[in-house]
Amino acid sequence: MAATTSPRADAGDVGRPARLVRFDAAERTLHWVNAVLFLTVMSTAAVLYVGPLSAAVGRRDLIRQIHVWSGIALPVPILVTLAGRWGHGFRKDVARLNRWTQDDRRWVRSLGRDPYVQLGKFNPGQKLNAAFVAGVIIVMLATGSVMNWFHYFPVDWRTGATFVHDWIAVALFIVVIGHIGTALSDPEALRSMLKGWVDATWARQRRPRWYAEETGPGAQTDVH
Amino acid sequence: MARAETGAKPEGTPVGRRVFLGMVGVGAAGVLFGAKAQNWLEHALAPLTAKDGTGLSSFLPVGRFRIYSVTGDLPNKDIADYRLKVGGHVDQPLELSFADLQAMPATNLDKDFQCVTGWRVHNVKWTGVRLGDLLDRAGLKAGAQGVEFHSFDGAYTESLTMQQALRPDVIVAYSMEGKTVSREHGGPVRMYVAPMYGYKSCKWLDGITVTAAQPEPGYWEVRGYDVDGWVGKSNGRDDKPTS
Repeated sequence: MAATTSPRADAGDVGRPARLVRFDAAERTLHWVNAVLFLTVMSTAAVLYVGPLSAAVGRRDLIRQIHVWSGIALPVPILVTLAGRWGHGFRKDVARLNRWTQDDRRWVRSLGRDPYVQLGKFNPGQKLNAAFVAGVIIVMLATGSVMNWFHYFPVDWRTGATFVHDWIAVALFIVVIGHIGTALSDPEALRSMLKGWVDATWARQRRPRWYAEETGPGAQTDVH
Repeated sequence: MARAETGAKPEGTPVGRRVFLGMVGVGAAGVLFGAKAQNWLEHALAPLTAKDGTGLSSFLPVGRFRIYSVTGDLPNKDIADYRLKVGGHVDQPLELSFADLQAMPATNLDKDFQCVTGWRVHNVKWTGVRLGDLLDRAGLKAGAQGVEFHSFDGAYTESLTMQQALRPDVIVAYSMEGKTVSREHGGPVRMYVAPMYGYKSCKWLDGITVTAAQPEPGYWEVRGYDVDGWVGKSNGRDDKPTS
């Protein structure tokens, strides 16, 4: 697989690679497994929630079961990737997504227009998206469980869980549409989630700190 | 930024973790206080949703119906094939078409619909025939105690005592918001028991049986809901009465 090749192997000159590996095979697999699960919970949610769709599709019980079980399955690929030896790149990226630098704050304040901002591997929008999606998975799992197994919980919790589940769903639809929209508007970034690598020029211009990290004097090749 | 970039140790503050934990906290608070927050939001958003011309606000989870059914699929019956059967402890069993129901004196109700799971839809316009009028037409035999409702989904049942059944705000509804009751809302004909939680209003109404004994508890009642499902006075809830 191309992704296991060292990023520097494509370049004749050690100091100036033509491509950088942005997402390794484990991360890409995780992303697309997640995407399929999210599309499943969201499309079944739409069928359960929108009256005319409910009537058109029918099979309500089956749709509900698919919704519940794909929702329960959602955290599994993430935990599996976090746990194993293969999760080296993912764990490193989770740490990156968690941390906000001064530049990130400036990027937010200038709405991404400040030319002096030096971004790392991820921009603040991507960081927010990652934290939001992680929160969504946990909160939806908890509230969905209260809704599904309501007999075991106080009556009021069911109302509250439905309320939270519904509003987060609305927010999630907006965020996912935004996520797909920004991906489609940046083919270089989209390709890195499909094939793993980005053009070094893109990295140098759009993610200078990450570029420096990968190519600078202290940089080391990816450990596999 | 004077610190050296090693790539191994990320700098900066853990905002991602804070966002994540914040969402978990807000989610937990929402579960505990969601009933209050929902009321507040409905009042806050009402002026906006009323003026919204795009229809997008109908997707927001305020003041909207959730569709429930207890069977695997949504039942379906054409208006042309529809027959409502009224039988049991009566003088004259009836079998009424949709047109027969429309030909009877109509009752209009403009009332809230409250679900026992917490959501409420304000000012729903229902049209139908008073259950009391139907029972009069069939003629109650002496000693009639209650009524049982059967759904053509083949599974759902409900019941009312005779005293409840004869209330003027209990109707066999064929119209909702000015249109024939749609399939997902229990059409073409369903019950609307205004003063009680939604589970008392049997959807996809197929038959009404008058009983000489106390009627059997309904589908959800054998699964723990209160038989007398008054809004605000049952199921451990304190919602504002609907009728």
